[in-house]
Amino acid sequence: MCLAIPGKVIEVFEDRGLRMGRANFGGTVRKVCLEHLPDAGLGDYVLVHVGFALSKVDPEEAERTYRFLEELGQLGELQVPEAEP
Amino acid sequence: MKYLDEYRDGRVAAKILGEITRVTTRPWTLMEVCGGQTHSIVKHGVDRLLPEKIELVHGPGCPVCVTPLEQIDKAHAIAARPGVIFTSFGDMLRVPGSHTDLLRLKSTGADVRIVYAPIDAVRIAQENPGREVVFFAIGFETTAPANALAVTRARALGVRNFSMLVSQVLVPPAMAAVLQSPGNRVQGFLGPGHVCTVMGYGEYEALAAHYRVPIVITGFEPVDLLDGVLRTVRRLENGKAGVENQYSRVVTRDGNVAARTLIWSAFEVCDRKWRGIGTIPKSGLRLSYDFHAYDAERRFDVGAVETHEPAECISGQILRGLKKPHDCPAFGSRCTPAHPLGATMVSAEGACAAYFAYGRHRGEPVAVP
Repeated sequence: MCLAIPGKVIEVFEDRGLRMGRANFGGTVRKVCLEHLPDAGLGDYVLVHVGFALSKVDPEEAERTYRFLEELGQLGELQVPEAEP
Repeated sequence: MKYLDEYRDGRVAAKILGEITRVTTRPWTLMEVCGGQTHSIVKHGVDRLLPEKIELVHGPGCPVCVTPLEQIDKAHAIAARPGVIFTSFGDMLRVPGSHTDLLRLKSTGADVRIVYAPIDAVRIAQENPGREVVFFAIGFETTAPANALAVTRARALGVRNFSMLVSQVLVPPAMAAVLQSPGNRVQGFLGPGHVCTVMGYGEYEALAAHYRVPIVITGFEPVDLLDGVLRTVRRLENGKAGVENQYSRVVTRDGNVAARTLIWSAFEVCDRKWRGIGTIPKSGLRLSYDFHAYDAERRFDVGAVETHEPAECISGQILRGLKKPHDCPAFGSRCTPAHPLGATMVSAEGACAAYFAYGRHRGEPVAVP
């Protein structure tokens, strides 16, 4: 369960002092915390684990890793409904 | 998509395999530390492609597996209380404690909810001010920043009805425990790729120097894993300890400094018990003094719980690389993913569950990548 999943940052916003965003993971869009990855912005690919962006990756790496995790059946966490305000 | 195929290409894999065979002159035992690597190795049969002299044993890197029974029983005791909303990653729902599991508790009326991100549990607490919301904060270093974010966020927003049951564990002390085990067979490690995206690999350099072992930080794909094996074996054959970064396209030496600062703002190192292994000194994280008000163990007086583990389970020896799933007489018969006896069968990333999922209890051949 501690594999990080790559996604593309499609929105960046602030939520009460926290730098947040939305990332697209192969069609599933989830909220992610970007606060601790200050150099990641719109259009960048990031490795995300349970809603927390850990590092930037290049697009080819992101694409390949995503497909690999899909094959390995490791994308289950993305299917959990998000707690919306 | 040339680059894309490079890590899946059978020719690249065959070339690395040939090189592994060429450089190997003696038997070596290597351990992969991460549960995701174990899953990938067993799925793609990477261990069966290697020359006979190279043995891969599977380490304690599945966080769901090693979460101690005491913490699971405490989770169940808290979740069963009236007024509590108990939140958890989905992976923990089916993990059996001494008496029940979260899914069964949910079916008998407990309010158990799966969350994607720990910070979602804080949101649930805000939406339910009259209820106590508890998050089961398990995981390795990869998960620690997200868990730290939840509790620092709860404090910053003044969300007082939120608390965490913490069972965070750390990889390097577990590797040291493996190396210190009586009868240890592990001579080199494939290090955990995604853990190092957070932590970097400085602490692995200290470990490699102290125990004089090679540690190669490795990715998850078959070619990554073969490359990690080759680099480790080369070092073993040349008598060279130290750390090498096979996964440099993702991992840097320093990791994510800001995420680590967040971890240390909420957590401090503590001794922690690992399911199947026992207590490993300084191998876990607990909430630091400033966050004691958010510690579910303090908020809910769950006290000492009496646990029961089946005596025939050998998961402790498997997690230390001393045995393999096949060495257990219960594997695949009395112990299956539906009715696990112990740590290495409770989650898909555990060695026993991975062997079972890919038909190894029936002795079937495994697909070549």
